[in-house]
Order: sequence, then structure tokens, then C-alpha cells
Amino acid sequence: MSSRFADYHRLDAVALRDAIVAKRTTPTAVLETALERIAALDPKINAFFVVLADRARARAKELDAKQASGAPLGALFGVPIALKSNMCLEGVEANCGSKILAGYRPPYTATFVQRLLDEDAIVVGMTHMDEFAMGSSGENSAYCAAKNPWDTTRTPGGSSSGSAAAVAAALVPIALGSDTGGSVRQPAALCGIVGYKPTYGRVTRYGLVAFGSSLDQVSPFARSVRDIELVLGVISGGDEHDSTCLPLAPTAIENSNDVRGLRIGVPKEYFSPSLAADVRAKIETAIAKLESLGAQAVPVSLPHSEHAIPTYYVVATAEASSNLARYDGIRYGPRSNGDGSLQGMIAATRHDGFGAEVKRRILLGTYVLSSGYYDAWYKRALKVRRLIRNDFDAAFKDVDLIACPTSPTTAFKLGEKVDDPVAMYLSDVMTVPTSLAGLPAISVPCGFVTSGGRELPVGLQLIGPSLADGRVLRAARVFETASREHQKLAPLALEGASR
Amino acid sequence: MSKSETETVRKTAELARLALNEAEMPKFAAQFARILDAFQAISKLDVEGVEPMTGAADLTDVMREDRPKPSLERDAALANAPSRAGDYYSVPKTIGGDA
Repeated sequence: MSSRFADYHRLDAVALRDAIVAKRTTPTAVLETALERIAALDPKINAFFVVLADRARARAKELDAKQASGAPLGALFGVPIALKSNMCLEGVEANCGSKILAGYRPPYTATFVQRLLDEDAIVVGMTHMDEFAMGSSGENSAYCAAKNPWDTTRTPGGSSSGSAAAVAAALVPIALGSDTGGSVRQPAALCGIVGYKPTYGRVTRYGLVAFGSSLDQVSPFARSVRDIELVLGVISGGDEHDSTCLPLAPTAIENSNDVRGLRIGVPKEYFSPSLAADVRAKIETAIAKLESLGAQAVPVSLPHSEHAIPTYYVVATAEASSNLARYDGIRYGPRSNGDGSLQGMIAATRHDGFGAEVKRRILLGTYVLSSGYYDAWYKRALKVRRLIRNDFDAAFKDVDLIACPTSPTTAFKLGEKVDDPVAMYLSDVMTVPTSLAGLPAISVPCGFVTSGGRELPVGLQLIGPSLADGRVLRAARVFETASREHQKLAPLALEGASR
Repeated sequence: MSKSETETVRKTAELARLALNEAEMPKFAAQFARILDAFQAISKLDVEGVEPMTGAADLTDVMREDRPKPSLERDAALANAPSRAGDYYSVPKTIGGDA
């Protein structure tokens, strides 16, 4: 049998596993193909912080033997995957894109990572990200800004930049990211792949380095919805290590291929002038497509949408200021001595170790929680959060899903928004409401617009009521099958490979 | 940048145990002010009688049996320490009463 697998970049994880199980290829051949592609293409997109070649090879060899032995094979048997650098895999550096965790090797493995490993997936590397998941472009990484495989002068989005780029370049079929305010959905839209944020609490956060504890969710990237359904079935479900994880069984795939009769709300507030006209056109076409498949588009209103960005940034930064208080140079990471006192050491370590955006958010979060400001800012924001959630609950009395854009624009140029924090925050305007509300939401490719002679992807966002993960995924899968936009690969992904 | 805005940032930085040097202060203070300004709109909303929403998972008082079980091995816990003294993390001495 060939030592490489020529179809690797064309297949999703489900098809890849099928090919391995049917013995058209082997775990080692697949892994070597992945490593070869990474070596050739990753220098152009900087998706990976570290490639775990030796570890992955050893595991692939074990899987070759496992298959030969006739033992039952895991649901992700031989599938190469990538992890965002804020995820714990024992012994593997997880620096969260920050200098303050340079060299940090977790002493434990995240529950959701262990579940993937137990199903025979192979972790091939850790990906670049915005520092502590704070950013929408990857440019806040203390190490490297990943690039968009569709146009390497543009960002892949963020904060799960490297994971998105790795999947869009078909280096791996699946990568995990984390979505706090849109950090998987927005890059998925900008990179022309699928990105899914589960209902809050559906997937354990044990082993995900915390940024905003009431917002963070482990969220997968893939090139097909059925891959997302597969991964979700593996990683979701209760975990005794995470008291914010709902004690439920893993998600079950809805076997239906039907959206007939589904009422799909279209929120007018998401179609404001800030939405780029060419993106708007693609979204409207996508919604029309859903209607042609038997769904019914219904206008809805989410009146508090305009307050979502400030609400999110007050809540998220408050939680971040608390979660990042632990980085003090005592238990992990590099230490700066400052004036030699304990407090001086802590302040200097944090000054030297954190980048500008992280400092900004810690300052903001500390301020809104501080005495005299707590009620006016933080407590008030929590109330507006309730109003935002109420808007969705009211809409879902009348509709089954909501459809809207994921991002107001297509991928923007590297450097375009770095000097204007507020402009960068506004890239999240369509994703933060669902994060605040804790609802399931997916971004699925729905077409391309041309800019500067290059095709740039557009993502359709589908949102469901709490715990309607199955419904969201089913509708996305049906749309994907009908629209076929997901089948197009970035030109970079086809370089050097057989067509 | 107004003195009081810079003072606010300085005090906040102290609370956050984050040293900011004089060169960085104006830029941070300016951005801080601009961000807070952009967020003013939520101060005008009527939130009378609205229950704060701390999180989306409808879970309260998640408990487990109070039964001890093995935890992280000490060496594993200390492995990432920038400075270690035997079985302890080593930190600068606190001076006088100021911790």
C-alpha cells in the first residue's frame, strides 16, 4: 500500500476514517501525508505553534497495530487533529499565545482532549491564537499571527486563528478552537469552513484555559457539518471535573435530512448598514436557499442587539480580570523580579508577560468590578445580558432557528484594525449576542465575494434555542448539502497536491 | 489626556497588580476612555426589575460527595514553577507588613 494518501486533503474526517477502516490507507500513511502537507504549506500560513511529529508517529504506529489486531476502532480512528494553544494536553506546551505562559506544560489532559484520544484521534500539533483568546484576527498573539489560506495578506480571524487556518488549508480535517464571543464562528466564516459553538455547558471546559468562564465553550472547526456532529458526539456530555458542564449524555445526531416546515427567524437588527453589501447579498441568497428547501423565513426582532458589544466587553473583561489574576510569576511561566518585593515581582511579571490587548481588558474588567463602579457597570451589564437572552427566548416562541451573517465583513487585511481596539471589537457584533445568551450557533460556508482579484468566503450563521444543538446542526447540514459551497478548497490547499 | 483619567487607570492598574510605566500610560488612558465612552449606551437602558444573568447553564449548588481522592502529585504541581525550594514555590520575601 502507498506510504501516502493522495486523497487526504479532499476528504472530511468521516470519509478519512472510512478509508482507513476499509484499508484503502493506513493511520501511518494518513499521518505522514498530514505532516508532509504541514511542512510544505504551514510556513505560508503559520497555523501551528508546534508540530508533534514524534508523538503523532508513535501513536499512528500503535493504531496500525490496533487495526491489525482486530480490536474495535474509535469513532475518530486515525484522524489527525489540531488543538488551540489554550488547551491542555499533558506535557505539551500550552502558552495561550502569551509570553506569560511561555514553556508552560500542563500536568494534566483536558477531558475533551482525552475523549478525542480515547476515540483514536491523533493530535498533530498546537495552533497559534490571539493571546488568552482575546482578539478577532490572530494579531494579538505574542508569537505569530496566522494567515488566511484564501489570501495570505488577510487575517483568518480570531482568536482561534491557527486552528481555522489549519483546517482551511486542509492540513488537518478537524481542529478545536474556543469560542467566547465568536472566536470560532468568525474565523470559520472568514476561512470558508464550518465552526460550531455548542449550547453553553454542553461541552466540558476542564482543561480549557479560562478567559470568560460564563462564555467560553470548546468549539470545533471542520470542513463538513457531519464532522462537527461526529466530534460533538465524542466531546460533549457531563464531566465531574466541570461544575458548569450540564450533566447530560453526549449529543445525538438528528438523522433527518429535512428542513421542511422549519421556521427561520431573520433578525432585522443584523442587517444594518454596518453589514457589507456583498456579504448581505450572500446571506440573503442563503436564506432563500433554505426556503427553497422547504423552510419558512420569518422576520423577527432582537431589540437589544445594539447593546450586545458593550455588554459583552464589560462581562467578558470582568471575568477575564478575575481569571487572569492567577498569572503572577509564582506557579508557572517566566518571572520578572521588578523591585525585588513580592508585589513588585507580581506587577513586573504581569507587565512583561501580558500584551497590550490583554492589559487593556484586565484594566477594563478590574475597573467595572471595582468598588463604586460595580453596580453601574458590571451588575448593569448582567441585567442587559438577561434582556438580550430574553429577546432570543421571545423570538424562539415563534421560530425554530435564527439565520443571520456571522461576520459583518469578509476577511480584513493584516494590520488593518490593530491600532483601533473598538473597530476590532465591532467584528464580533454578530456573534457576541449568542455567547451572552449561551445559545448554540454555527457558521457554515455560503459563498464567496471577490476582493482584489481574490475570492473571500462568507459564512451563514444559524442559531438555535438552548440545547437545540441537534436542530442547528441538522439545518446546517441540509443547507451545506444543497449549496455545496463547502466543497471548494482554498487555492493554497491545492498547491502541490493532485487535483 | 485628563489627569483624572490617567489617575483612574493608575489606580485600576494597582488593583490589578499590573505595573504600567509612564511611557505607556497616555496610550492606555486614551484607549480606556474611548472604550468606556463607546459603552455609555448601556447606562441609559431601563433595567428596572431585571434579574442579572451570570451565566447560561441553569445549574445551582453543584455538589459531590465529600470523599477525599488522589490529587495532583506534588512534583507535577511544582514542575512549571519559575523558582522552587524543595517542596515549595519560592517567592520574594515580604518586607515589613506589606505583603
